[in-house]
Amino acid sequence: MSFLHQIAAIIRKDVIAELRTKEMFSSMFVFALLAVVIFNFAFELRIADAATIAPGVLWVSVTFAGMLGLNRSFVLEKDRGCLDGLLLAPVDRSAIYFGKMLGNFMFITLVEAIILPIFSALFNVNLIQAWILIVLLLGTLGFSGVGTLFSAMAVHTRAREVLLPVLLFPVVMPALIAAVKLTAGLLDGQALAEMANWMQLLVAFDVILIAVSYMTFDYVVED
Amino acid sequence: MRNLRLDRITVLNVIAAVTIMVALYLALIQAPAPANVDTEAQRYAQRIIYFHISHAWVGFFAFLVTFLGSVLYLWKGERQWDILASSSVVVGVAFMTATIITGSIWAKPAWNTWWTWDPRLTTSTVTWLIYVSYLMLRSSLDDPARRARFAAVYGVVGFVSVPITFFAIRWWRTIHPVLFDASNMGLSPNMRFPFFFSLGAFTLLYFVILIQYVRVGHLADEVERLKAATRASRR
Repeated sequence: MSFLHQIAAIIRKDVIAELRTKEMFSSMFVFALLAVVIFNFAFELRIADAATIAPGVLWVSVTFAGMLGLNRSFVLEKDRGCLDGLLLAPVDRSAIYFGKMLGNFMFITLVEAIILPIFSALFNVNLIQAWILIVLLLGTLGFSGVGTLFSAMAVHTRAREVLLPVLLFPVVMPALIAAVKLTAGLLDGQALAEMANWMQLLVAFDVILIAVSYMTFDYVVED
Repeated sequence: MRNLRLDRITVLNVIAAVTIMVALYLALIQAPAPANVDTEAQRYAQRIIYFHISHAWVGFFAFLVTFLGSVLYLWKGERQWDILASSSVVVGVAFMTATIITGSIWAKPAWNTWWTWDPRLTTSTVTWLIYVSYLMLRSSLDDPARRARFAAVYGVVGFVSVPITFFAIRWWRTIHPVLFDASNMGLSPNMRFPFFFSLGAFTLLYFVILIQYVRVGHLADEVERLKAATRASRR
């Protein structure tokens, strides 16, 4: 089995498990929707133009919802003893990392795909633009790249789910800052060339952090 | 041998204490008042740079030591590197807390606000948060080997993200004074000596506290080992 086949097998396993229960996706989606609605109420009376806060609200909703998915990602594996099975399977440890990471990335992206039109309607902004979608994908990639590593750590701690956001948010802060800046800039109609540095920062974050997560994942799952 | 080691640490403690006293004297009394400020409050507040920058330097340096300790632990798997990394975080977080507080005290008279979301302040705060999370991660794990491994992974990943956060500084409009740039130093010549003395004094203080923490870490291991041995012999 080649490396790519191994990754695909792990993604398929996660997708099948998710299709049977649908609990991770549905809770992520409903949570994202709730966050958007709550933000709408929280800001509506004080902000003249909802579009000014749209990028921030979008990213907060997406990352908070993503956090739910990342938490489930390894809690399920551990509680049902699947993690040991995965580790015993004749696959590379890094294949487990990339498989879980891409699975998480897919789930969060799917939530985004559904939430985006709703969000655009509620905030009266047009978020369905090619570059915004690319920024969204890049941001989500970095977020799930580091998130998968930390999720594998958090399940072993006493605090479990509580600890993941505490570990993850400070580390992904630069990616979030860049993503919000880019989304806001694109919504304001700025040319991408003016914001090239933010795009580079986002891509650099993804490349570096995913590489480091990949290199250190072995130490997290070893027993 | 044991007495000798204790003595050496005591000597180091005394040297550090004296150095800090001298640094305080230099910073608060000997250093000249700044020329280019408007109000009395700003004139006094300026002296905080002797502490603020030293603390910031020590904070980031401590996290660098943690990063190196974490890498060495993952590479070699030796307990001493875990003790070094975790001890350095404790000292670093303390210094970083002091950096943020002294900065805030200075910002009130200088910028007329306790806090602003200036990139440098934001970077320091995010860094501080990363290492507070590091400590929370450690306290949430019981198995020592796993705690050491996870903490080392977090120490590496966290440290790697710090410079990326730091890079954002260049692209955000900043009102934080840039003390050092390529051409001049921003400090008048007779401020430089107290400044660098204070920098050295606090770096020395860092090492002294770090040595104590590392020693306590090794002693705690020894206590655990003895406890286990006692339990085993009683059986």
